[in-house]
Amino acid sequence: MSRDEQHIDVHLTLNGREVSTRVPAQERLLDTLRYRLGLPGSKEGCAEGECGACTVYLDGLPVCSCLVPTFQASGRDVKTIEAIEPASLRPMLDSGATQCGACTPGVVMTACWVRDHREILRAHSVRELMAGNLCRCTGYDGIVDGIEKMLGGPGSKP
Amino acid sequence: MRVLSPKTVAEACAMLADSGGAAVPMAGCTDLLVHWPSNLAAHDRTYVDLTRVTDLRPVRWTDSHLELGALTTYWDIVTDARANREFPVLVAAARTVGAIQIQARGTWAGNIVNASPAADGVPALMACDATVVLASLARGGLTREEVRLDEFYQGYKQMRRRPDQLVEKIRVPRRSWAFSAFEKVGARRAQAITKVGAAVTRSDAAWRVVANSVAPTVRRCRAVERAIESGAAITRPEEFEPALRQDISPIDDIRSTAHYRGRVLARVLYFMLRGVAPGVT
Repeated sequence: MSRDEQHIDVHLTLNGREVSTRVPAQERLLDTLRYRLGLPGSKEGCAEGECGACTVYLDGLPVCSCLVPTFQASGRDVKTIEAIEPASLRPMLDSGATQCGACTPGVVMTACWVRDHREILRAHSVRELMAGNLCRCTGYDGIVDGIEKMLGGPGSKP
Repeated sequence: MRVLSPKTVAEACAMLADSGGAAVPMAGCTDLLVHWPSNLAAHDRTYVDLTRVTDLRPVRWTDSHLELGALTTYWDIVTDARANREFPVLVAAARTVGAIQIQARGTWAGNIVNASPAADGVPALMACDATVVLASLARGGLTREEVRLDEFYQGYKQMRRRPDQLVEKIRVPRRSWAFSAFEKVGARRAQAITKVGAAVTRSDAAWRVVANSVAPTVRRCRAVERAIESGAAITRPEEFEPALRQDISPIDDIRSTAHYRGRVLARVLYFMLRGVAPGVT
């Protein structure tokens, strides 16, 4: 195999299932998910780690899948928007947190991470935690309101 | 493009040495992959992926030092209770890098060797007198060289790291900080590259003032440190400017202007130190 055609076998846990694939060394996790593994929910916005539309969990932490070479995900746990229970979206829909929808998968991934790790709110605000997800439609207030609803309203409000 | 995947520091160093200086270590990839897919030809080289070298991952606390492995991320420090108590300036800097998605992947060591003058982790580490531990193979065994971070950069993207040396860890002396602060000025609070920034500490009576985005490298501002140490009266931001002129050489670029950077850095330092440093009132 020539130098510029290195392919790498990748075995990962994807949304709770063991998955194996073989990818070019330079392939990004975002592309592997969308075009190789049939999971197009993660979106490509900026392709440089700015907008967060491609957010997935890698070993339980939100990351931009556009900045992860797929081979680095081998042996690790990946969770995408497809594994998020649809009911999680309800508070977001009720709060005007969605409009055109391009940012929504990433927003929901980070929002659900905050919901599931609310101890982080002792030191961080919702807005700081959501700063890696850009939304050009909603002005963010709806997103923050939706997350506060997710968190259970008064008492858990950061 | 080729990727090598070592399991140990010795293997990684051997791969760097065998490549004759051509191989590039990779870790969190938050800088690398911004450029890589759009311009792969320019990045068609051998990479040594460090993410399987488990030794490089942990944060370690010794009696005298905090040690960050080459794979230690910003988020590792943001969420480390002890780091929050003992090194608030590192935590403050880490929280200004991108947002959680970048903090979860980006590494302190990567921030050092990417060598951007706008690096946010570097000024905080430099203000804590951090050192860089460079590992390499010599005559079959691992040897290590420890370089002060404030002596590590020699010019724009020029470092005292040979291509066969791996940044194995960063050592930060544990001190009692009488004062520490970090300030970043960017277009917005998150997801922004620094226009001008500063990290300042004081321990055992010595001040450290480090600025970023105002010189070809992150820059320790020794003239400002001397001015503060002397206790000379500084009653307006502009009075920092004569010392700053000796320390920094800002430029006009896509994010800001030399004039803005100089003026704002003086103001950042003044309002950071007013009522804190003797003489700054």
